[in-house]
Amino acid sequence: MDLRELKFRGTQVAYYVVCQRKLWLFTKGISFEKESEYVQLGKLLDEISFSREKGEEFAYEPVSIDFFSTGEGLVVHEIKHSSALEQAHILQVKYYIYYLKTKGIKVSHGIIHYPKQKKLLKVEFDEKDEELINEVVRKMDEVVRKEIPPKVINKPYCKKCAYWEYCYG
Amino acid sequence: MAEIYYITTNGTLRRDENTIMFESGEIKKKIPIENTSELFIVAEVSTNTKFLSLLSQNGIIAHFFNYYGYYIGSFYPREGNPSGHVLIKQVEHYLDKEKRLYLAKTFVLGSIINSEKLYQIDASEHLEKLKQASNVQEVMQVEGSFRKLCYKALEELTGWEFETRTKRPPQNPLNALISFGNSLVYAKVLGEIYHTPLNSTVSYLHEPSEKRHSLCLDVAEVFKPILTEGLILELIRSGTITENDFLEETEYCYLNLDGRRKFLRAFDNLLKSTVYYPKLKRKVSIRTLIRLELYKLVKHLTENEPYIPLNYHSLKK
Repeated sequence: MDLRELKFRGTQVAYYVVCQRKLWLFTKGISFEKESEYVQLGKLLDEISFSREKGEEFAYEPVSIDFFSTGEGLVVHEIKHSSALEQAHILQVKYYIYYLKTKGIKVSHGIIHYPKQKKLLKVEFDEKDEELINEVVRKMDEVVRKEIPPKVINKPYCKKCAYWEYCYG
Repeated sequence: MAEIYYITTNGTLRRDENTIMFESGEIKKKIPIENTSELFIVAEVSTNTKFLSLLSQNGIIAHFFNYYGYYIGSFYPREGNPSGHVLIKQVEHYLDKEKRLYLAKTFVLGSIINSEKLYQIDASEHLEKLKQASNVQEVMQVEGSFRKLCYKALEELTGWEFETRTKRPPQNPLNALISFGNSLVYAKVLGEIYHTPLNSTVSYLHEPSEKRHSLCLDVAEVFKPILTEGLILELIRSGTITENDFLEETEYCYLNLDGRRKFLRAFDNLLKSTVYYPKLKRKVSIRTLIRLELYKLVKHLTENEPYIPLNYHSLKK
């Protein structure tokens, strides 16, 4: 396994699922997250949820995992505001698990918390997922290497995106 | 969107826990940091590093103006949203003569289309000259000669004397208003650039060496007819600003405190006022229009989507 491939942040993996244009723009430093109310809400939720469980973040790593617990191995936890983009969150957590595995850490599974909806989602990881992540990372590389960004995608959820005014204005 | 705060009373600005404290004699006023995006300090204040680091932590820009309302400069917190990719593209569009000329022309085009309705001037001759211009200097000349027409119209519409443009110092009320208004627009554009990946020092119409944040001068061309001249016309016609709002000597003329406050209030109201923006299918504030203009510029640089300047008067109020 070539470790250089895992240079992406978790959010970038989620962006890949949600919108490849957003992935491209974000990777090029064209970012509007600081402006968005939804992003600020998410940040606040992250700050106030599970404050007891949270340890120190690991520095110098591209990934920043919300918090861990231990079971049969390490359990990776991710906190999200709404389950509307569940598929993206699942892939993000799978990416975290894979990332830790490449570092030789035994991971049991992942859990996505939707505190506002009082909902939990267990994320399993198997061998097929390894192939899946490899494929995703390869495709992400293709996207970010493009000379110009992918076109706007015109999805209903665009209206809640921090990039909405940028893409459609 | 968070608010712009205007400080027009001399006093002290300091950090009080995690908020901004303004003190002046008996007055003690807290300004909530979470709801602040920008400060326009149009008065003499003393402050300290602690205050500036509070601004920096919260990504707040402070624009300073001196006793006469003359723009001194801005406290621009360390990097807003820098992007190496966008910077490279900005520079590429400066170095390539054709690309630079295109952008220089569009900024002037924006200035002309937003002025001609305001003053009811026929700009066709100038637009033709603009099209023909083969270098940035010629573009500047077109802008200069068109602006003269505008100022003449401003003189006629207000009945106030203008003569010729005088800057340092302005020598009559109209000149004083234009100077004050333009410096606010310039600072406001800078305040919006901070929230985009654009580098404010690389410009096209103006030489990048001309001023530190010369891209603001370029983009301000599009907005000066709306936020300076449109506002001046409105303030004078409505009788809000009169000859009494100026400090006038033989050598210079400035807005006095009352005049400055009236102008700032109207400026802020105008920034907050909304127009229907068809592309987004909703109303946006004038302030957002500045941001959208910058976004269009980013898209021009990075996505080959030609920048077409805002046509303000085509938008419905």
